Amino acid sequence: MPMKIGEKPFFGRVDDALEKTFMRTAMASAQDRLRGRKLDATVRDEQIGDWEEWRSAGEEIRRHTLENLDYYLNQLSENFSRKGGHVYFADTAEDATRYIQEVAKKKNAKKVTKAKSMVTEEIGLNEALEEIGCQVFETDLAEYILQIDDHDRPSHIVVPSLHKNKEQIRDTFRDKAGYTGTEEPRELTAFARSQLREVFLEADIGITGCNFAVAESGTISLVTNEGNANMVTTYPDTQISVMGMERLVPTWEELDVMVNLLSRSAVGQKITTYVTNLTPQLEENSVDAPKEFHLVILDAGRSNALGTEFQSALHCIRCAACVNVCPVYRHIGGHAYGSIYQGPIGAVLSPILGGYDEYGELPFASSLCAACSEACPVRIPLHEQLIRHRENYVAQKGKMSEKLAMKAFGIGASTPSLFQGAVKGLPAIMKPLVKDDGISSGPGPMKLWTAVREFPVPEKNNFRSWFKSHKQEGES
Amino acid sequence: MEEWMEMKVSLFITCLAEMFYQDVAKDVVEVLERLGCDVDFPRGQICCGQPAYNSGYRKDAQKAARQMIRSFEHSEFIVTPSGSCAAMFKEYPELFKEEPEWRKRAEALANKTYEFTQFIVNVLHIEDVGAVYPASATYHTSCHMIRLLKETDAPFRLLKNVKGLELLPLENSYDCCGFGGTFAVKMAPISEQMVDEKIRHVEASAATLLIAADNGCLMNIKGRIDRKGKPIEVKHIAQILNTRVEGRK
Repeated sequence: MPMKIGEKPFFGRVDDALEKTFMRTAMASAQDRLRGRKLDATVRDEQIGDWEEWRSAGEEIRRHTLENLDYYLNQLSENFSRKGGHVYFADTAEDATRYIQEVAKKKNAKKVTKAKSMVTEEIGLNEALEEIGCQVFETDLAEYILQIDDHDRPSHIVVPSLHKNKEQIRDTFRDKAGYTGTEEPRELTAFARSQLREVFLEADIGITGCNFAVAESGTISLVTNEGNANMVTTYPDTQISVMGMERLVPTWEELDVMVNLLSRSAVGQKITTYVTNLTPQLEENSVDAPKEFHLVILDAGRSNALGTEFQSALHCIRCAACVNVCPVYRHIGGHAYGSIYQGPIGAVLSPILGGYDEYGELPFASSLCAACSEACPVRIPLHEQLIRHRENYVAQKGKMSEKLAMKAFGIGASTPSLFQGAVKGLPAIMKPLVKDDGISSGPGPMKLWTAVREFPVPEKNNFRSWFKSHKQEGES
Repeated sequence: MEEWMEMKVSLFITCLAEMFYQDVAKDVVEVLERLGCDVDFPRGQICCGQPAYNSGYRKDAQKAARQMIRSFEHSEFIVTPSGSCAAMFKEYPELFKEEPEWRKRAEALANKTYEFTQFIVNVLHIEDVGAVYPASATYHTSCHMIRLLKETDAPFRLLKNVKGLELLPLENSYDCCGFGGTFAVKMAPISEQMVDEKIRHVEASAATLLIAADNGCLMNIKGRIDRKGKPIEVKHIAQILNTRVEGRK
């Protein structure tokens, strides 16, 4: 499955990640940097007024759009087609890749350029195109780095190569592309630029994702910084944009709000260097527009969330603000999630799109600290959705031992005498474990706790008796 | 003595404090009494149900929640030395969203629930409790207190007025300490990295005392500090506030 990263089980992936101390230091400092930049461009930017009002507006726009998704999708499709574009609704990833393969075959395409797009990662588009003999060129710098490094996988939805530092990138360029320069970012970038320049001119098809589609005009909006998306969509005669079915806004007015929320939350910019808006335009003498423009609208599991407690997960605008504040992501990085969608939104989205068999552990990989919910520019209650996933997961796949323990908890917790009995009995039960006024090892879950930390010694005295006599003292 | 109405307060002790940290509970009672409250202890109280709720066992959590709602039904104010457990009470209406009768009772419970420092500052309107505690300390802001209860201020106001206490800033204070209830054991290797980073930041602050307002976080951080043999003392904020003369009661 293309959305999936790695073959190892979850804890194997976590162990691998924890061993990469260098990657982890880089992750932590990147996170601090991105977090700081976002705050500077949001809550600390006095020019935009109250950031919370922006979040409310974003939340409302996304909710309204998703509640009327069929209407706006229909409007988008009609407007896009009316201007000469071709719209294809893909139920599955395979439907989407098959359609794009057919377009490529029809055009007899040999070279394809791509702008950065997570949704095309999700459907495994590069592999599908290579299968039919196309050469695929990633033109976003981070995606280019990953591609030439033997198709390494993205570890962050906005900065896919976040797990690599400049020295590693230098080595990759040297080993895979004959680079002879230093690890200076400017020099590395210039090299990638020179490698890609020819490719842009030779491409038969340009492929992009879609940050937002504007329903009222049939427009695809791309929010980028490198300018590569403009090259991808200007030179080739054929353009294909792939969008998740939820990624649209009703009008340009909402686009304005959403682009603000995205640029500021994702990279701490008031606006990105380019906001490219593309509408099919099939005039004969048009010089800079593609002659053929396809829009692939992808479901691939998204409609599973419609009408459920997970609908608001589809409000996501892929800014990674939640990823950038997540203390779990900070330590394990993106690949450990085993999905191209990582961090808190990945832990919510991956099980929706790919099921609990593949991604069932992810909702548990959170301390429920709620930093994600606090950071989300469209106020998705991410930590609550993680709990909803846990509820579904234990109902379907919960371990019997845990179920029994929780049942016992429920009975104990609703019967004060039993609970009190447990509190009173605790010191005696734990007594054999106490050594030198501490508990350093124990059975069951305590083993996992004490592998890392000391466990507190239960109180021998009874608080309730103390309280009773304390009150009596006060009265006398 | 002048006649005046005492504020009636019910202590919600939390299961962690009842089992492991009774000194903290006693300090809470004594501070509240000193500030003029009449404290009672509803005897039907048990655990708030958060371990079951956060693990995905909603029905079992509801059983605990019903018992808590019944136990505190007649309380005027509920005060608890844990932002996380207070936040769980605030979550009860969601827990009973499909049972209107219980939902109503859950809302009543949620509306009268306060975390200990929040109650002192926002309800009693007191910021100086007369505590004396000479030490160089830093404060760990618990996630559920700042993000679910949205109480970011009260502990700092109280600590600022503790005589002799120097409060040092804590780098990345907003990052979770890695407790997360069952997370600490279910995701032990990740939790370990999180608590280690927290301790590195505490060490970097040069404080010799770490204060927090939640026994869950403290159990985690102290457990790790003790395992590593670090010379850092760990205290609940109630233990700091219940001092009159140089760190003693």
